[in-house]
Amino acid sequence: MTDISLARLHNGVAVPLGKVPTHPLADLQAALIAAPTQHRRVAAYFGRPLGDAIELVAVIAADQEGWLEVGRAIVHGDAFASITTACPQVHLFEREIAETWGLAPVGHPWSKPVRFVRSRRAGHGAFGQPTEAPLTVGVTDFYRVEGEEVHEVAVGPVHAGVIEPGHFRFQCYGEQVLHLEISLGYQHRGIEHAVIDGPKQRVIHQLETLAGDTTIGHTSAYCQAVEGLSGSHAPARAQALRGIALELERLANHTGDLGALAGDVGFLPTAAYCGRLRGDFLNLTAQLCGSRFGRGLVRPGGVAFDVDAERIRDVQTKLDAALRDVKSAVRLLWTTASVQARFEDTGPVSANMARELGLVGLAARASGLRRDVRKSHPSGIFQFVHIPLSTWHTGDVFARAYLRWLEIERSVAFIKKQLTELPSGTTRRACNPLRPEQLCVSLVEGWRGEICHVAMTDPSGALATYKVVDPSFHNWTGLAMSLRNQQISDFPLCNKSFNLSYCGHDL
Amino acid sequence: MFRPLATRIMQGHRTSRYPRVAPTLPDRFRGAPTVDAAKCTRSCQACVAACPTGALSLSERGPVFDLGRCLFCTDCIEACPQKALGFSRDHRLSARTHAELVTHGGPLPATRALDKKMKKLFGRSLKLRQVSAGGCNACEADVNVLSTIVFDLGRFGIQVVASPRHADGLLVTGPVTENMKRALEKTYAAVPNPKIVIATGACAISGGIYAERPETHNGADSVVPVDLYIAGCPPHPFTILDGLLRLTGRLAG
Repeated sequence: MTDISLARLHNGVAVPLGKVPTHPLADLQAALIAAPTQHRRVAAYFGRPLGDAIELVAVIAADQEGWLEVGRAIVHGDAFASITTACPQVHLFEREIAETWGLAPVGHPWSKPVRFVRSRRAGHGAFGQPTEAPLTVGVTDFYRVEGEEVHEVAVGPVHAGVIEPGHFRFQCYGEQVLHLEISLGYQHRGIEHAVIDGPKQRVIHQLETLAGDTTIGHTSAYCQAVEGLSGSHAPARAQALRGIALELERLANHTGDLGALAGDVGFLPTAAYCGRLRGDFLNLTAQLCGSRFGRGLVRPGGVAFDVDAERIRDVQTKLDAALRDVKSAVRLLWTTASVQARFEDTGPVSANMARELGLVGLAARASGLRRDVRKSHPSGIFQFVHIPLSTWHTGDVFARAYLRWLEIERSVAFIKKQLTELPSGTTRRACNPLRPEQLCVSLVEGWRGEICHVAMTDPSGALATYKVVDPSFHNWTGLAMSLRNQQISDFPLCNKSFNLSYCGHDL
Repeated sequence: MFRPLATRIMQGHRTSRYPRVAPTLPDRFRGAPTVDAAKCTRSCQACVAACPTGALSLSERGPVFDLGRCLFCTDCIEACPQKALGFSRDHRLSARTHAELVTHGGPLPATRALDKKMKKLFGRSLKLRQVSAGGCNACEADVNVLSTIVFDLGRFGIQVVASPRHADGLLVTGPVTENMKRALEKTYAAVPNPKIVIATGACAISGGIYAERPETHNGADSVVPVDLYIAGCPPHPFTILDGLLRLTGRLAG
């Protein structure tokens, strides 16, 4: 237990803001530092304006207990003491707070912008920049290794494939990567602010495009937050359909990733088959709602499309056919020595490293950590039906690939079971208005990992703060660490084994 | 040794017979909008108010869709008390100018091909560099899928290449974020002349759901000249393919 009192709450259940205690910053920071030693991790840590000051809000996930702990602290002035050296998993959160609110993180070993955006507190910049001029994206003080034969490789923002933009800076000794620094921000569209200030009709659509390949994951998290804040409940049938759509999203992406991993080691059969099969899973989502990415399906209060017996039969048949083909395509990976030789021991992340960095989702499970929101903080259908949690212990590309296959099998079994025992009744209920001065933390296990949305309302019941933590925000550092002492030519393979979101990170 | 061969036989031949055979899209697919003008009272404005991107307006002839802004969501359909609006399964949703994407409903006119000289250059071999400028990875994913065996873009002489210097044009996705503007300009400059630009998706055409935000610009043509606009959020792979084939004059009518 932490020494200070923190509000204890559950996934998707709102609490009155008054019940979230405010502590001196040093005390809140002590709780954050202690968290990793108490089987806890930092799920979110962000600022919001409070008059002239900035209020910091910390969400600590207690996975074993199945609850979340929330506390706050107020920072006056233009700086705060960094705790990154004592608690590495807050390193990016502190940089984000610094950049967004113009608070210099004193003692941060890595104090530089996250997304290269203007400070939201006019006249206050954390990095000594002229406050009126915007930061120039990609221009920062990159970590450098110097010495004879050490050289630097810069890649991006525009890459060779059809892929989102990001900048990668490698410090190499020959072919060996000593250090990789990842600098993002190119996709920043200001979603968290747009949700608060923009036209209300746009919000759900902005959430749908927060990370386009995780439409179901992010809209489910948003709807769960809105339902929590308004004290509404989506009907059981809608909860089951959301679960089915979430697992279809996982199936499509995992299958696509296995194909891409095969492609990155030059094993074309599986690359070709899985490329096609990914589309078959996307088409199943389109069978439900007309869109391959699940646009228009998940809405506050339920889902916008129902399924009848004929549609269920159709989905079942196509799902069986797709699983049969994925099975035969993926089996080739595990039985081909040249593929195994490239996957094994490439890009390893140890369990300790994963724990220290606060990795989530598939990447954490591949390093042996039992982290899965569906299991530890279940909401919706996952309160009633548990998908067995799969882990692997090697933390390498093989682990991240093999886990995808294990999860594909689990997800198909889940969907088939749900389709046969879908609860009857309506699929959508009107939501009550949001209650004033509430806080709700909403977690969903997207295909990459934990999606965390934190929503807070003002005295009028309008959304005053909306914070999104995409799993990629935690996991990009995992990719950087996996490259240490690897060959630079293994970067595409390692990168694909994480397959993180640029726009989910950049928001 | 034998397993890959057995798997190959089991997986079968999966390339679609498009364009000889029209694609079969799911019954709930939302393509070109339909308007039952007789039902519209032209006075209630419910659809206009519901539209998240300002894609709808009312004229004397009834509702007008700007498909360059349209997300193909169902907000207007749900809002219309007269049930006058709907979406067809028509996937052909591209045009040479943004203005040609404005419609009173029904199929769009066929997309015009490149002029004779450009068609001679690019009609049988078109190399594109993709630039994601704030795209959410949905447009990117459905462009990527064109290179899979189902669509097999290569059989039409179209290929996504690694460098702008190897390319005949750009395929842009996303509203063009402030942080990607310079990279887009530089990538465009790196493509040798003559060159074309294809804006794919509502964001790239008009800024989409991010239009008028300070962090973004209002689409690709606020930065570079655009030759083809492909509507959707995201456009279906067949919509993108249809646009590319019509632009290069491989598909007419």
